[in-house]
Amino acid sequence: MNVVTAPAKRTGRYDAGVMKYKEMGYFDLDYQPKDTDILACFRITPQDGVDADEAAAAVAGESSTATWTVVWTDRLTACDQYRAKCYRVDPVPGAPNQYFAFIAYDIELFEPNSIVNLSASIIGNVFGFKPLKALRLEDMRLPIAYVKTFNGPPTGIVVERERLDKFGRPLLGATVKPKLGLSGRNYGRVVYEALKGGLDFTKDDENINSQSFMHWRDRFLYCMEAVNRAQAMTGEVKGTYLNVSAGDMEEIYERAEFAKSLGSNIVMIDLVIGYSAIQSISKWCRRNDMILHLHRAGHSTYTRQKTHGVSFRVIAKWMRLAGVDHIHAGTVVGKLEGDPATTKGYYDICRESRNPQALQNGLFFDQDWGGIRKTMPVASGGIHAGQMHQLLHHLGEDCIMQFGGGTIGHPMGIAAGAQANRVALEAMIMARNEGRDFLAEGPDILAAAARTCTPLAQALTVWKDVTFDYASTDTPDFVPTLTVA
Amino acid sequence: MRITQGTFSFLPDLTDDQITRQIAYCQRNGWAVNIEFTDDPHPRNTYWEMWGQPMFDFKDPAAVLYELKECRKVHKDRSYIRVSAFDATAGWESVRLSFIADRPLEEPGFALQRQEGDGRSIRYTTRAYATDKPAGDRY
Repeated sequence: MNVVTAPAKRTGRYDAGVMKYKEMGYFDLDYQPKDTDILACFRITPQDGVDADEAAAAVAGESSTATWTVVWTDRLTACDQYRAKCYRVDPVPGAPNQYFAFIAYDIELFEPNSIVNLSASIIGNVFGFKPLKALRLEDMRLPIAYVKTFNGPPTGIVVERERLDKFGRPLLGATVKPKLGLSGRNYGRVVYEALKGGLDFTKDDENINSQSFMHWRDRFLYCMEAVNRAQAMTGEVKGTYLNVSAGDMEEIYERAEFAKSLGSNIVMIDLVIGYSAIQSISKWCRRNDMILHLHRAGHSTYTRQKTHGVSFRVIAKWMRLAGVDHIHAGTVVGKLEGDPATTKGYYDICRESRNPQALQNGLFFDQDWGGIRKTMPVASGGIHAGQMHQLLHHLGEDCIMQFGGGTIGHPMGIAAGAQANRVALEAMIMARNEGRDFLAEGPDILAAAARTCTPLAQALTVWKDVTFDYASTDTPDFVPTLTVA
Repeated sequence: MRITQGTFSFLPDLTDDQITRQIAYCQRNGWAVNIEFTDDPHPRNTYWEMWGQPMFDFKDPAAVLYELKECRKVHKDRSYIRVSAFDATAGWESVRLSFIADRPLEEPGFALQRQEGDGRSIRYTTRAYATDKPAGDRY
C-alpha cells in the first residue's frame, strides 16, 4: 500500500509543488508594458469560485512559460523576462463574471515572421484550461518592431488598383453559383457573363477545389477563356479568383503555377489551409506578381461567440501580417454575422496605416502598421444592388463588394445582374462625390439611375424587400457616450 | 462597343457640369487633377499622353475645365480623354479617381487572338482594331 505523506510546507518560490499563478510572477498590476511588448486582451469567464485575478494570471502563465507545478529549471533561464504578465483586469461592462485581462509578452518570446509561432504561444494551450469556463482572445497589439518582421500583403490595395486600372470606386465581384456541380464548361459561362456584364472579378467558392464534376485544370482553362473574352469585349482588365487550395503544399504550388502560366492576375486560398501554407503562398505571390485572395472559410467556428474563441479582428491582424491582399470581412447588411461597429473595426485593421484605440469598434489597443501594405476587405453574402447606398456608407470605397446571388439570380440573366450592380455603384459614387447625402437619398439615386438602365430597375423590383435583420452575436462591449467638453 | 475603363463608364456620358463637380470633389480632397488622352485603348496601356502637367496648384474647377476644353480642341472625336486625380499622401501616392470624359465617335473594339499551346493551354492576346492604323489616323 502506498503511503501518502502530506506535502512539506513550501518556504521558497522554487520549492517543489503547486502555487498560485498570481504568486509565480505572472501577475503584476504595476507592470508598465514596454513599447516592444506584444499585448493581448482576453475575455475570461472563470469557473464558479475561481478568483478573476488568479484566472487572469493563469492565462498569462499558460500562454507563456508556466506549467501546473513549479519547475526548478526556470532558474536556468532569465525567467522573469519570459513570463507573460497580466497587468490589468477589468470587469466586462454588463456581463457578470466576465473580465478583460490584459497581458504583456516580451517580444523575444516570439519567432520573427511566423504567425504559427505567435498563435501557438497565445492560443496554443490555454483555451482548454479547466479553471476557465470560457476564454476569448479579443485583440492584440503587435509592436511595430514585430510587424516589421513580416512581409505583409504581396500586392496591397494601391498596387492592386494600379494593376487593374480601377480607381475611385469599390471593386465588384461575384461568387459562381451553384457552388457545387457545375462542369468546367458551364462554370466558365457564368464567369464570362458576369465579367462581360460589368463585374471586375468572379470568384471560386471556398469548397471548389477538384471534385469529380469539375477537375481544377478544366476549371482554370475555361475560366481564363472567359476572363480574356470578357476583357476583349469591354476593354477593361478582368480577373477570376482561382482557388488553389489543396490537400498539400506541393499541390497548391502546382495549381498556382498553372494559374500563372495561363495569365491569371489573382489566385485564391481558404483560411483552412493553415497559417504556414498562407505565408508560403503569399511569398509565392510576391515572387510572381499575383494578387492573393483569402476566403475566411471556417472562421465562424471560433470568431462568432463572444465568450469563447478568437475575435475576427485578431485573425484580420494576423492575416495582414501573413500577407493576403483580400480578406472577407463582413457586409453589415448581408446574410452573415456582422454588427456595423464591430465590422468597422475589422475594415480599419485591414486598410489603415495606424489604428487608434476604438473601444466602440472593438479595438482595444493602438496599432501601428508602419508601411506594411493594405489588405482589401471583401463584403460577400446576401447583398444586392438596392443596398448600394448602405454598403458604400458602411464599407467605404476601398473594398470589394461581391454580389453572387445578386448577380446570377437576376431575372434577365447574369450579365444584366452584373450591369445593374455596376450602374448602381457608379451612380452612388458620382452622387457621393457631388456632395449629396447619398445614404438618405440612396433610394432616389438608384431610382434615377434605373430610368436609363432597365436591368437595375428589375433588380430593384425583385430584391426590394430583402433584408437580413437579425441580432448580432458579436457586438462591442463599449458604446460611446457624449461628454460635455 | 463601349470600353468601360474608368469610374463612370456605365453611366451616360458626363456633362460638363457633372465633370466640374467631380473635379471640385478632387480639389476638395487636395488631389492634383490630370488630363490625359490616347488613341490606344488597350486595357494594359497605362501611359496615356499627358495634356501638360498634373494641375497640383489649381484650386478652381473652372480652370481645369478650361484645360479640358483646350485638349478637346485638338483631340475631340479622335482620342479618348480621361480626367484623373492624384493623391500624394503617404501610403497612397497614386491615382484616386479616373474617368473617361470624351470618347472617339466610333469604338471598334478588340480582337481576341488565341495561340494554342501544349495541354490545351492557350496564350491570349487582346488587340485593339484601332491600333492597326498608325497613331494619329486611328479614329
